Amino acid sequence: MSATGIGAAVRRKEDHRFITGQGRYTDDINRPGQAHAYFLRSPHAHAKIKSIDTKAAAGMPGVIGIFTGADLATDKIGGLICGWMIHNKDGSPMRAGPHPALAQGKVRYVGDHVAVVVAETLAQAKDAAEAIAVDYQELPAVVDTAKAIGAKTVVHDEAPDNSVFNWHLGDKDATEKAFKAAKHVTKIDLVNNRLVPNAMEPRAAVGDYDDGEGIFTLYTTSQNPHVARLVLSAFIGIAPENKLRVIAPDVGGGFGSKIFIYAEETVCVWAAKKVGRPVKWTADRTEAFLSDAHGRDHVTHAELATDAEGKILGMKVHTTANLGAYLSTFSSSVPTYLYAPLLSGQYDIPAIYCEVDAVYTNTAPVDAYRGAGRPEATFVVERLIEITARQLGKDPAKFRMQNYIKKFPHQTPVIMMYDAGNYGASLKKALEMIDYKGLGKRKRDSARNGKLRGIGFSSYIEACGIAPSAAVGSLGAGVGLWESAEVRVNPVGTVEVFTGSHSHGQGHETTFAQLVSDRLGIPIDNVSIIHGDTDKVQMGMGTYGSRSGAVGMSAIFKAIDKVIAKGKKVAAHVLEADEADIDFADGHFAVKGTDRKLDFGSCALQAYVAHKFNGQELEPGLKEGAFYDPTNFTFPAGVHICEVEIDPQTGVTTIERWAAVDDFGNIINPMIVEGQVHGGIAQGVGQALLEGARYNADGQLVTASFMDYTMPRADDLPSFDVGMTVTPCPSNPLGIKGCGEAGAIASPPAVINAITDALGHEDIAMPATPQAVWRAAQKSISRMAAE
Amino acid sequence: MYAFTYHKPTSARQAATLLAKKEDAKLLAGGHTLLPTMKQRLASPSALVDLGACADLKGITVKGRNIVIGAMTTHAEVADSPEVQSAIPALAYLAGHIGDPHVRHRGTIGGSVANNDPAADYPAALLALGATVVTNKRKLTAEDFFTGLYETALEEGEIITKVSFPIASKAGYAKFRNPASRYAMVGVFVAKRGSEIRVAVTGAGEGGVFRWPEAEAALKARFAPKSLDGLKHTAKGINGDIHADAEYRAHLIGVMAKQAVAQATGKA
Amino acid sequence: MTTVSLTVNGKAVSANVDPRTLLVQLLRENLRLTGTHVGCDTSQCGACVVHLDGKAVKSCTTLAVAVDGASVTTIEGLAHDGTLHPMQEAFREHHGLQCGFCTPGMIMAAVDMVNRRGHQLDEKTIREDLDGNICRCTGYHNIVKAIAAGAEAMGKGAAPVRQAAE
Repeated sequence: MSATGIGAAVRRKEDHRFITGQGRYTDDINRPGQAHAYFLRSPHAHAKIKSIDTKAAAGMPGVIGIFTGADLATDKIGGLICGWMIHNKDGSPMRAGPHPALAQGKVRYVGDHVAVVVAETLAQAKDAAEAIAVDYQELPAVVDTAKAIGAKTVVHDEAPDNSVFNWHLGDKDATEKAFKAAKHVTKIDLVNNRLVPNAMEPRAAVGDYDDGEGIFTLYTTSQNPHVARLVLSAFIGIAPENKLRVIAPDVGGGFGSKIFIYAEETVCVWAAKKVGRPVKWTADRTEAFLSDAHGRDHVTHAELATDAEGKILGMKVHTTANLGAYLSTFSSSVPTYLYAPLLSGQYDIPAIYCEVDAVYTNTAPVDAYRGAGRPEATFVVERLIEITARQLGKDPAKFRMQNYIKKFPHQTPVIMMYDAGNYGASLKKALEMIDYKGLGKRKRDSARNGKLRGIGFSSYIEACGIAPSAAVGSLGAGVGLWESAEVRVNPVGTVEVFTGSHSHGQGHETTFAQLVSDRLGIPIDNVSIIHGDTDKVQMGMGTYGSRSGAVGMSAIFKAIDKVIAKGKKVAAHVLEADEADIDFADGHFAVKGTDRKLDFGSCALQAYVAHKFNGQELEPGLKEGAFYDPTNFTFPAGVHICEVEIDPQTGVTTIERWAAVDDFGNIINPMIVEGQVHGGIAQGVGQALLEGARYNADGQLVTASFMDYTMPRADDLPSFDVGMTVTPCPSNPLGIKGCGEAGAIASPPAVINAITDALGHEDIAMPATPQAVWRAAQKSISRMAAE
Repeated sequence: MYAFTYHKPTSARQAATLLAKKEDAKLLAGGHTLLPTMKQRLASPSALVDLGACADLKGITVKGRNIVIGAMTTHAEVADSPEVQSAIPALAYLAGHIGDPHVRHRGTIGGSVANNDPAADYPAALLALGATVVTNKRKLTAEDFFTGLYETALEEGEIITKVSFPIASKAGYAKFRNPASRYAMVGVFVAKRGSEIRVAVTGAGEGGVFRWPEAEAALKARFAPKSLDGLKHTAKGINGDIHADAEYRAHLIGVMAKQAVAQATGKA
Repeated sequence: MTTVSLTVNGKAVSANVDPRTLLVQLLRENLRLTGTHVGCDTSQCGACVVHLDGKAVKSCTTLAVAVDGASVTTIEGLAHDGTLHPMQEAFREHHGLQCGFCTPGMIMAAVDMVNRRGHQLDEKTIREDLDGNICRCTGYHNIVKAIAAGAEAMGKGAAPVRQAAE
């Protein structure tokens, strides 16, 4: 392994600009003559708009233009779309209500977009927005996930009972049969709490229109600028793709929330032409809370059947998923195909049946948030497994080991074909790392200090690399999920890689360069990774679903193969040998069995000067592209163990130890991978202990700032002990499985299992706040006293 | 923010004159409550009178059996002051645990006291230590000064110039932070001066900071954490919100009071 | 409009601003020093932390007019003559950043922490002292390591840069 090649903990190439304040985020971009947009948002969760009077506002100082939904309609600007069609059990399509970028006749959640003011300064835009008179007829709001279906209030006329769809997966009859044969059935009711992604960089957009060329440019905080361009062109109708450039520059975190195409960026780019000025909008944090797509929000009943020996026979799940007031870009896929196919977990479960009701409510749209469906599935599985083990009086580690899938490939009853894994190895290693044997003593030590100690396991699996295009197409996806790469070799042998993946913290500029450096045998500094600009990269699908390694890098791998193949042809001419006799290794093309060789840079130069061959024999130049379509999902899996100590006096839960053993297949940069695990765990711990979006009965978001929504801070978290096992992924050339979401998927059940172990309770709701834990601890103490 | 005019006097007297002259004027101290409020357009003063250049409002002095802290002294300055650390270490501790390090570099005792946020730390110290709030017009005891949620006895044109803390023989402060905002969800300051014992609670009361007479009585017998065993504060009159309902907050008052006494008696 | 004159990263600057201009706006919009970020409206996230007369403050909660005459150091002023500050170096070395958005505030807070608490910082101290800075990417694990290492490096020869700059 070279110091900069595959497997090395190379320090990140992108860091210099970030640590010196030279990152270039969307809000850092200022276009000449730029005006500022401010969105007037609905203060009501649900209301008819009887009228909007902008006259007084239009005359305010600095105002350049004020637009409403009517103006968008006049310009035939289409609504925002949901790109994944889900069908009901009866085969009918899901019920998608319209989603105009600016409200047309009705607002459906607090923060819904009513009008936009474009003014010389942001303060002037805000002043004018206050002067817009909107006559609302308030309607009752439906907020509660579990009560949405059949509620008196209807969010969309298209869905008269607020049902977006009623969907299912698995074999119901086989599952019922398994339950009939069961010796033991565990039943649980769970809520997967609603979260606000809160990337530290708020969403922003700068729209620009070049009248001379007739070209729109949109700078935006996007994880997938090409998908944004596709949707803005083909569905919303801003401009044809060749007249619309989308740039996602440095993006300050996404976690899913910046996948989607939002109203604000749509309006900014459209308005730039209307006012003849660049138009900039940046969310403040409260706007982010109100209008970024939220995550999770499931209400679930689940059951697990086991036989007399504790072997799992079947699983039944019913989930109600809140999708909010409108269907966000990929919202429908999250509680369906990203959720139910993961319900087998790491376990051999012969029969599974899952039914999902997706509902509209008068809340912000809900869509993918780090893990997207898989954390929800893992929470169901790992809570069920844990409770079952306890009810059966079995050690939770041994119970897991007993039921793990041990032979691969393994076909689950819910679509997925697991290709490779070794779950027992991860568990074994994690048990050693956490010193499971010493737990009893640690529990006694805690008890002596008046504290309660508990341990919680989570054996998670995820399906990443999303995904084979034909497969997702058959499941309803509106797009294919391949990735593209173009490798341009310059005449002196430096390389530029154009990738459709997008880095917003993941370190692609380093990891991808490592791959190129390793395969071409050139210094890593000779490699540049270019992404995030539709004018530079032809097409791409972006970064989410832990796909950039497995899919994005596989595309680069494929393009490099082509570069090497072409290089061999060039070298054959230069070295006057047969192409079949040319080997490429360590950065040199060499004639087999001789000392005649050509280094990569010289080969590149020869390709461009083209003196040694003519155009009929071989095209000059060295540049190759590839589209890589994965052949399967990838299946990262692992075991996380969390050990907590609870102060029953205050209810404060302290995470004392955290052991994570993940199998991500092959790893390019272990430093970056571990960083992804740390961040994922922190978000999962946030969900388990701290975070929760709360709407009141009127649909007002009561957690709309960091004053009320608890973000994990440094002193809420421990350091994490992170280990790896490696079973290479067989379905892509690099053997990579993906690592971005694992921590967030694994950690919530680990924390809750640990707390309930400490308390001797079956369940505690997330977030397990000090108040909730204190209340539960009081019951434990009085019960222990009674015993 | 709405537009305002900005004034920067160099003395408390000048500040008072400006405050009297400008309608709807507000004083700007550290700005860590006022500016966020103005950013959200929830306050719209026509003028801001910035006390930042009033040298006569700054500084910490020991006067006899009192520590006197100028209104514009920052939380960091109080926390780091050798005088405060040696005279009333609990007060330095309290100041060193307000907000975060950056907030403590700007936030001031005068600003905090004048705002009387029910979740602020300082009001508990003032009430427990029996401090006197000195204004440009008069002197007020803490009891008389704090009159309700965000309410004080300050009148139009009145400016806090300093706060004088009698030095206690023992004092301690413990707070349970709101997990999100990090303000006090419950903060208890205990102080013993001669035979007088005071227990003041912030963060929890529907009407802002208050004293807990039952705890004071219990501690009078013996100033030790054990004296509070079994003593529970009633949930009546206690705040509830999404982070802590009245019952839990009331419980935390007892827990924090014990911790504060432990700190005061060197047993923490 | 009011004229504000101050020293930013060692250079005298002045600007004509509306009194409601925040220090962060002055830095980002007037001076185009966009390394200082805004991540919240409630003075909590710390993305906007700069040094004001040598002390870390939240520039989103400070009026530009109020710091007339002061000396401000931003993330852009931390490296000198092309040499990174030891804390910047430590963040890179220990992978203390991912998306980079909170990083400038985090590094400025870290340098201030060392100025206040010295060069030997244990994990507990660092975690508690980071109360005013929120990161969503790293889980803080590597930030804590970076600060401990940066603090030590600052003690070894490399003087706290703010003293040189301010």
